[in-house]
Amino acid sequence: MSSHKVVKTYEEINEKIRAGSVVVVTAEEMIGIVKEHGACEAARHVDVVTTGTFAPMCSSGAFINFGHTSPTLKASKVWFNNVPAYAGLAAVDCYIGATEPCEEDPLNRVFPGEFNYGGGHVISELVAGKSVHLKATAYGTQCYPNRAMDKMVTLNDLPMAVLCNPRNGYQNYNCAVNLGNKIIYTYMGVLKSKAGNANYSTSGALSPLFNDPYYRTIGLGTKIFLGGGEGYVSWYGTQHNPGVPRTEGGIPLKPAGTLWVMGDLKQMDARWLVGVSILGYGCSLSVGLGVPIPILNEDMARYTAVSDDEIFAPIIDYGIDYPTGKAKPLGQVSYAELKSGSINWNGQVIPTVPLSSMVRAREIAQTLKSWIQSGRFLLTQPQMSLPS
Amino acid sequence: MYEKMLILKFPRTNVQEPIVCNLAKNFDLTFTILNAAISPRKEGQMVLQLSGSPHNFDEGVRYLRGRGIIVSNAGEEIRRNDEKCVHCGSCTAVCPTGALSIERPEMLVVFDQEKCSICKLCVSVCPPHAMELRPAENGETQPE
Repeated sequence: MSSHKVVKTYEEINEKIRAGSVVVVTAEEMIGIVKEHGACEAARHVDVVTTGTFAPMCSSGAFINFGHTSPTLKASKVWFNNVPAYAGLAAVDCYIGATEPCEEDPLNRVFPGEFNYGGGHVISELVAGKSVHLKATAYGTQCYPNRAMDKMVTLNDLPMAVLCNPRNGYQNYNCAVNLGNKIIYTYMGVLKSKAGNANYSTSGALSPLFNDPYYRTIGLGTKIFLGGGEGYVSWYGTQHNPGVPRTEGGIPLKPAGTLWVMGDLKQMDARWLVGVSILGYGCSLSVGLGVPIPILNEDMARYTAVSDDEIFAPIIDYGIDYPTGKAKPLGQVSYAELKSGSINWNGQVIPTVPLSSMVRAREIAQTLKSWIQSGRFLLTQPQMSLPS
Repeated sequence: MYEKMLILKFPRTNVQEPIVCNLAKNFDLTFTILNAAISPRKEGQMVLQLSGSPHNFDEGVRYLRGRGIIVSNAGEEIRRNDEKCVHCGSCTAVCPTGALSIERPEMLVVFDQEKCSICKLCVSVCPPHAMELRPAENGETQPE
């Protein structure tokens, strides 16, 4: 028997969505509601809380089937706009990864490298409907005699394209500083010497996994906002690490849970899949991700009311500690402080720099809210919980 | 009163001379140094907002050219492509003048072109390439 005062099921919430009577708020709006009315009352009133995040997520990419040629071909090497895709799959299947730079990119030979074009840009251009140069070579077999193909394709021409991101939506991430004496260029942005700036990259109180810290509702099969379309959580993400120290409210104090997500690329939107270049580091893809959280009981109301002052990021030195594999937290800093524009650390006032767009995160949470309110987006019950 | 943003390119031999000081002292010009750098090969580059009477301005520029300095209009400017900007905030790590800043609590990234010194750091730092170097719109030729 449940010990909860409020109990709702997915089916009840979906009935309300179909009937147009569902109450949906964003995770930021939920903070004030729970503060004012308490968790039980909030759980009775609110059915779904929407979340959102928009930031470079390097562990992203797309499976693409580019269709058979005549004569037939078993591709062994594939390029899209001169960016190599992995072709060690069946004849005309491949995977293009977000961080793959284009051939002949100078990389970091002229430091810091600009990494102007890579896999993330290819995915973004395909989704934008642009024509992309597809090239494949093959060694030739009796069943697949063709040795090469070379043509322009659009997303519409491709029989299948599926965004498949093995690690998105990191539950918490480091606040990066550089304690060295020289400026450095990292995946956490430009870090000036002697802790000249502190960079961070989550949307804090709006971030999906901060709002369901023990993965009570997010699991395999959860339908989500992905790249402007609909997608699913298909597994726990790589490096999913739930067993880290947590606050009383369940918020992990270090990077913890992650999501493996996928969805049909053809119904996504380039506004929410943006190819990016990270100076001195490489190419990537900024991904828009939003997860709806059903308020099944008052616990979920409490979790989704988490605010920036209750979420803490570990401060990590990327000058010496991180590259030597000896990263250790030099302190904890709240997202309320991070978002204020500066943090106080060791008697030093350090300006903060976000890498994750709050403007876009809010837009995602609002969009998902309107999808649910309009009845076009129903919730799905996970078939398997993420390890917690 | 005449005011203009100029780019000065100093050859290697000139970087030690008090050129800008002479501009002020001998030509009654006022200046704001917006950007200054010496390359690894010891050539110098400076972006200068220079103002004074049109006559003095011309004389000052003539003096600079006489010292072997290449003087050109700040013929380029940084523009933000608002279609591409995702308002992440990465650029604020490098912007030295505060031209790029974050408006709170909206967390909107704002670009104030008036404060921009055309240092170009944001151009390569901006992840979606929203900061673009373009020919300046007020591309008038400078007085000779």
